[in-house]
Amino acid sequence: MNDYLNILLYVQIGLSVVCMYRIIRGPTIPDRMVGADIFGILVVGICAIISIQTEKSFILDIGIAWIILSFIGTLTLAKYLTGQKLNE
Amino acid sequence: MISLIFITIGVLFNLLGCIGIIRLPDTYNRLQAATKCVTLGCCSILLGVVFHFGISDASTKALVAIPILFFASTVGAHALIRGTYHFGIKLGKKSVKDDYKEAIK
Repeated sequence: MNDYLNILLYVQIGLSVVCMYRIIRGPTIPDRMVGADIFGILVVGICAIISIQTEKSFILDIGIAWIILSFIGTLTLAKYLTGQKLNE
Repeated sequence: MISLIFITIGVLFNLLGCIGIIRLPDTYNRLQAATKCVTLGCCSILLGVVFHFGISDASTKALVAIPILFFASTVGAHALIRGTYHFGIKLGKKSVKDDYKEAIK
């Protein structure tokens, strides 16, 4: 069981590297933002699998904090794209 | 055992979403495919964590994380795609219909 979870963890880390490809290569600015948004969601899955492997529960806290920070970052970037100021 | 099934389903959905983020031709298509698949995949992985730990503090944290992930990712994707349209990115060449163009006139 532990080996199987290891394989799933490596697959998940490889998928986040794929998002890095889109961030680096993306032809326009919104493409890079899409990559960053999806990367923030994939990290939560990595944290969940690591919390099963190590049997520690505080790693899920890192995941929750990462979701909220990624959400705020995405909203800020979307505001930047529409050309508005941040206090509007 | 049932947790492994849920985690496998989640990783498969994440794989499909990341194939979409590489292969699709347009920014809108990429965000649509990736957000739906990756949100469902990560919710499924967290559900697997709930089944693995049973009733404990870790499963409570995972149950709290599922609705936060669901609402945060979908609202963020909507704001991002609206900003992309206002930024002036054109639709792909094979797109046939643009309802939002008439809606914001």
